[in-house]
Amino acid sequence: MKPTTRSPLLAVDDLHVAYGKVEALHGVSLRIDAGRIVSVIGPNGAGKTTLLSALMGLLPARGEVHFRGEAQARIAVEQRVGQGLCLVPESRELWSEMSVEDNLRLGAFHRSRARAAELRADLDEVYALFPRLRERLRQAAGTLSGGERQMLALGRALMGRPQLLMLDEPSLGLAPKIVREIFHIIATLRSRGVSILLVEQNARAALQVSDYGYVLETGRVVLEGDSRVLANDPRIVESYLGLAKKAA
Amino acid sequence: MTFDIAILLTQDGLTNGALYALLALALVLVFAVTRVIFIPQGDFVVLGALTLASLQAGHLPPTLYLLLALGGAVGLIDAVACLRSGRAHAVGRVLLIELGYPLALWALCHWLLPLSQSLWLHALLTLAIVVPLGPSLYRLVFQPLAQSSVLVLLIAAIAVHFALVGLNLLGFGPEGVRTAAFSDAVFEIGSMFIASQNLWIVLVSAVLIVALYLFFERALYGKALLATAFNRTGARLVGISPDLAGRLSFAVAALVGTVAGILMGPITTLYYDSGFLIGLKGFVGAIVGGLASYPLAAGGALLVGLLESGSAFYASAFKEVIVFTLIIPVLLWRSLKSHDRGSEE
Repeated sequence: MKPTTRSPLLAVDDLHVAYGKVEALHGVSLRIDAGRIVSVIGPNGAGKTTLLSALMGLLPARGEVHFRGEAQARIAVEQRVGQGLCLVPESRELWSEMSVEDNLRLGAFHRSRARAAELRADLDEVYALFPRLRERLRQAAGTLSGGERQMLALGRALMGRPQLLMLDEPSLGLAPKIVREIFHIIATLRSRGVSILLVEQNARAALQVSDYGYVLETGRVVLEGDSRVLANDPRIVESYLGLAKKAA
Repeated sequence: MTFDIAILLTQDGLTNGALYALLALALVLVFAVTRVIFIPQGDFVVLGALTLASLQAGHLPPTLYLLLALGGAVGLIDAVACLRSGRAHAVGRVLLIELGYPLALWALCHWLLPLSQSLWLHALLTLAIVVPLGPSLYRLVFQPLAQSSVLVLLIAAIAVHFALVGLNLLGFGPEGVRTAAFSDAVFEIGSMFIASQNLWIVLVSAVLIVALYLFFERALYGKALLATAFNRTGARLVGISPDLAGRLSFAVAALVGTVAGILMGPITTLYYDSGFLIGLKGFVGAIVGGLASYPLAAGGALLVGLLESGSAFYASAFKEVIVFTLIIPVLLWRSLKSHDRGSEE
């Protein structure tokens, strides 16, 4: 445990990740306090997905990562899951051949010692959050629409009762109406005490829902700050919020 | 061919087919979870039968030494892994499990063998000795290679097969064995005679297949195995360790192989090296299912059994040739009909 006054849920210091000889992240540092939503925005190829994969332990990385005060360097993906870290990857990684309910139940795999009633309650809670999943609970996950698959991926993650939920492009490829629904749900998750690290290309939605933001460009954090401040920063407005430069 | 002979051949074919079906299911499972084409599957059949025979003869089976040696090796590797990841407190427990289990079993065999001649006791001891070899082999050989290509895993599987054949020869000698039958009764139904051992085999195989089905359909760990087979990354992200899944699938394969060996012992003379052909016949069944479909694999294995007994009657010298030739039309048919699964690698 670090003797800081208030140790963050996740602290990342000088993280380097390389694919072979090509370095994709050049010393990224960030912190997430408990109960907050933090977004990482940036263009394609900035290293956002790489960052999440490294934090989850799917990619080898150099640098310090502390989750709940514990160093993560030697810890395997499955153990990080057990500690309360959870990643919903851009590719969802669902089991398309299995039913919606099986997908959700397996989401609680690392909590398999929990009581059946508790798991049932969590399942009902997920269904309350995503009523459409309840309608399709016996259906194979592969038959769901894109939006429903994203909901299933979120639901499966929530079944693990994560402390920190890392979402990679949850809005990618979804219809605007579904995107609003997904972001609405992200906002309600905070009230349940789930902290969220949100990676998005949809900078406007991400900054609206988050408390704090980082801007990642070519493997480096180039800007950080309160989301509301970032949303009004001219550099952000110009490159990410898609507003035309005002004529002088 | 008279009706009587046809009945006899069908009976033989279904009996062997049921055993091949068990092996085919295990092969499909192991391949789906670990991408290993489990050549030593048949060697577990032989290990089961030879270990049972040696218990029935009142000897301590040499398989116990193998169990102890593998347990020691796994214990050592796991202990080093624990120390490296800074979990020194777990070392004692690891060593206790890996070495304590074989030693306890050793003592148990010593104590129980002179006391009882019960077939059930011997069968249970055989399972207790042989089944843990599966997960240990996974830990020692395949877990370090988990990221390798299918070809490398196949080569390792072949190496394990030859090692087991050699150890079988060393431990059990070159003589063939036949274990005592579960029962010698023969039922007469009309003009048909049905050996009760054959009934046992079909019955136990069916029960085991249903049990496996329930395991995958109902149990969380069964579903976790399927999940790993369907999507490895997805499984890791919910905390299912691929190492655990690998060990579990090898345990299922070893269990299935050992049960098949215990069942087969009384009807077939098994030698130290009989496992390869037996496993290969299960493999032909698994190929019918494209190494992916469980029902097709079981059906294919039954077909192999029937074909084998039929060709044993008509052209016994070409028995194996005919059975293995089945693979060619099957591969042709699959390559024309189904989409390519092999290119996923």
